[in-house]
Amino acid sequence: METMLHISTLHYMVLSAALFLLGVIGVLTRRNVVIVLMSIELILNAVNLNLVAFSHYWQGIQGPGALHGQVFAIFVITDAAAEAAVGLGILIAFFRNKETINVDEVNLLKW
Amino acid sequence: MNPVATPFFFYLLSGTMLIGGILVITRKNAVHSALALIAALLAQAGIYLMLYAPFVAGVQIILYAGGIMVLFLFVIMLVNLERAQKERQFNKQWVVGLAAAAALGGLFIAVYTKGKAMFPDRAMPSGLEGQNTQKVGELLYGQYMFAFEIASLLLLVAIIGAVVMAKKRI
Repeated sequence: METMLHISTLHYMVLSAALFLLGVIGVLTRRNVVIVLMSIELILNAVNLNLVAFSHYWQGIQGPGALHGQVFAIFVITDAAAEAAVGLGILIAFFRNKETINVDEVNLLKW
Repeated sequence: MNPVATPFFFYLLSGTMLIGGILVITRKNAVHSALALIAALLAQAGIYLMLYAPFVAGVQIILYAGGIMVLFLFVIMLVNLERAQKERQFNKQWVVGLAAAAALGGLFIAVYTKGKAMFPDRAMPSGLEGQNTQKVGELLYGQYMFAFEIASLLLLVAIIGAVVMAKKRI
């Protein structure tokens, strides 16, 4: 009961791992490219959660100035924005060529 | 100020996140997936608040829920295919994919059982409220100045790349 009532870093890590797994399942099994990209966002968010949780843990050791995890989470969010913009641009270009958004029909580079 | 009802909010928000994640990867309609993902992202912003990261929580809401997801919804509307909802939703390799994901889950469980003693049940730090945004800004513009500039360059490249990809003829 004690562990249920006290939320430690481990709880956040377990949540993060579960989200990461959901994202991996989405990437590996779905056909719709948009949903695959959304699953990638889920994975990035799981990583961000881990970073912020460890930043919180680290602040307990080094004092309230140790915010490196949060800064890195902001960089990861920047990356996610760039990745979403370019990925969706590629998706639109692909849709214009093949009239489909299924991953397994992306075979323009396949010989 | 001491946090109140932390376990309740943690389990509420994490339940929202997990249900949202499951809906994202199971819905047929991509719009439903996007809405579930928005719910999960907002719940994650709440979890950031519980971790005393108000700046990251704000960035999460503004950039993710407000920016990236609008972009997703916009593209879904652009390429919306009635046909895509009637087709198979999972690819032919889904058994292998699930097996790989299960192997990864087994790895996580092994790491959890072996490594959970490495994290002593430390009392969470207190007195963190206030000045979070200022300290993050000092780090961003001080120690991480170079990385910050590279991130801005990355965004510039992404803008150009997105325009080049989406434009019909240059």
